[in-house]
Amino acid sequence: MESTTFDVAAPWQLSPDVSIRDEIFGALAYHHITRRLVFLKSRTLVDVVRDLHNHASAQDAITSNVAEAERDSYARALSALVNAEVVCGR
Amino acid sequence: MAANSSLRDRFERGLAAPICLTWELTYACNLACTHCLSSSGRRDPRELTTAEALGLIDEISAMQIFYINMGGGEPMIRSDFFHIIEHAVERHVGVKFSTNGTRIDPAAARRLASMDYLDIQVSIDGADATTSDAIRGSGTYDQARRAMDNLRDANFGQFKISVVMTRESIEQLDEFEKLAQGYGAELRLTRLRPSGRGVDVWDQLHPTLQQNRDLYKWLINRPNVLTGDSFFHLSALGDPLEGLNLCGAGRVVCLIDPVGNVYACPFVIHDEFLAGSIRDGGFGKVWTESELFRSLREPGNPGACGSCGSYDACRGGCMAAKFFTGLEMTDPDPECVFGHGETALAAKRVSIRPTPSPDHSRRTPVALTTR
Repeated sequence: MESTTFDVAAPWQLSPDVSIRDEIFGALAYHHITRRLVFLKSRTLVDVVRDLHNHASAQDAITSNVAEAERDSYARALSALVNAEVVCGR
Repeated sequence: MAANSSLRDRFERGLAAPICLTWELTYACNLACTHCLSSSGRRDPRELTTAEALGLIDEISAMQIFYINMGGGEPMIRSDFFHIIEHAVERHVGVKFSTNGTRIDPAAARRLASMDYLDIQVSIDGADATTSDAIRGSGTYDQARRAMDNLRDANFGQFKISVVMTRESIEQLDEFEKLAQGYGAELRLTRLRPSGRGVDVWDQLHPTLQQNRDLYKWLINRPNVLTGDSFFHLSALGDPLEGLNLCGAGRVVCLIDPVGNVYACPFVIHDEFLAGSIRDGGFGKVWTESELFRSLREPGNPGACGSCGSYDACRGGCMAAKFFTGLEMTDPDPECVFGHGETALAAKRVSIRPTPSPDHSRRTPVALTTR
C-alpha cells in the first residue's frame, strides 16, 4: 500500500476504520481493515489523537495537549501512527 | 510486532478487556481430528441459545473487544451461525473463525465474501491429503481445498490457511508457504498442545528439539507468517519471534466455551482453569473478578527456570503444555529448547497426566496412522 507522508501542518483525524480502547498504559487501537493492533503508549498521545479532528493542523492539536519540551516526540509518534493507518488525512 | 519489555510487563498484569477473545460456538463437529484441543464431537445440550449468543456479542461490543476468534467444534454447524456473525459485524465486532471448510460451498462462500470485518481460517494438517487426512480423517484435505477454491472463486479476499505443527507437518513448511501463495492467502502456523484429545497423540506427534530449532529459523525470516504468539517458548533461541512473546492466559486472552464457561485460554479446558460462567452475571464480571484471573495476573514464579539466562525470552513457556504433560507450573516447558523440559519429565517418578474435564468426543475418533 502507498504510504502517506505525515505533514504536521496539515489536518488529520483518527481513521474511521479504527477503534480505540483506553488502558492504564495508554490505549489499544485496532484497525478493522488491516486487522493490525497498535499500542499507544501514553495517555497524552491518546488525547492528541482523539483531538486531531478539532484542529486545523496536527501541530495545533499537539500544542493544545502537550508540554512544550515534549512536542517533537509527539510529532514523531503521530508520524508512526500515520504509517500504521491509525491516523489519516481529512 | 515485538512488544518492548515494559509493555509486556504491563500486559502480564492484565488489561481492561481481552485483546483476543476466543469463543468456541459449539462442541458439535462433523470431523474427529486426533489432536482436537476441545475434545469436540457431540453437541452439548446446554450450549448457549441464540438469544444468549447475541447478548454476549452486545456485551463484547460494549467492552470494546475488537474482534472474536470463533471456533468449536465446527462453528458453521450451528444453524444460527450466520445470524451470530452478522450480529457481531453489525456491532463493529470483527469476527475471525476457524473452520474445517466442509460447509463452505459456493453459496456459503459468496455470502461470507459479502461481509466486512470477517476473517476465515481453514484448517489443514498436511500439505498433501495423506499427511493431513492421517490427523483429520479420510477425504478432509480435499474438502478443505474445495473450501479454499470456493473462497477464491467468490473473491473473498485474503483468508488464512491454518496448520498445527506436528512431527509430520513441520517437514512441509515450504509446501505450506507455496500453497498459501497460490491462493493469495496468509499462512498461520500454531503449536500442537497436549490439550483435549491432543494429549493422546502428543508423545507421537509433538516436534523434536531439532525440528523446533529449524522452525524457529524458518519463522524468524518470515515475519508475515502468523503464529498467534504460539511459539514464544522458541524465542529462547535468539531474537524474539513476532508477537507479544508472553503467556496471555487470563491476562490478554481467554476462552468462552459453548456452554458459556470461561477458561484462562483456549488450551486449558479443564476445571483447574475454569474462571466462571457468563451465565452468572456476564462475561465482564468473570474477566474482572475471577480469583483465577487475578492470580494469573500476579508476577509469575520462574521456578526451575529462574537460574536459566533465557527466562526473560521464553517466560518458562506454555502453561497448558506443562499442565497436560504432568509438569508443575514452575517446571520448564516440555519443549524447552535447551532440553530442560525433557529432563524434568524424565525425573518424574510417576507421571500423572490430567485428563480434560469435559469430553464431547464421539466414540471413534480418527485412528492415528503414521507413514
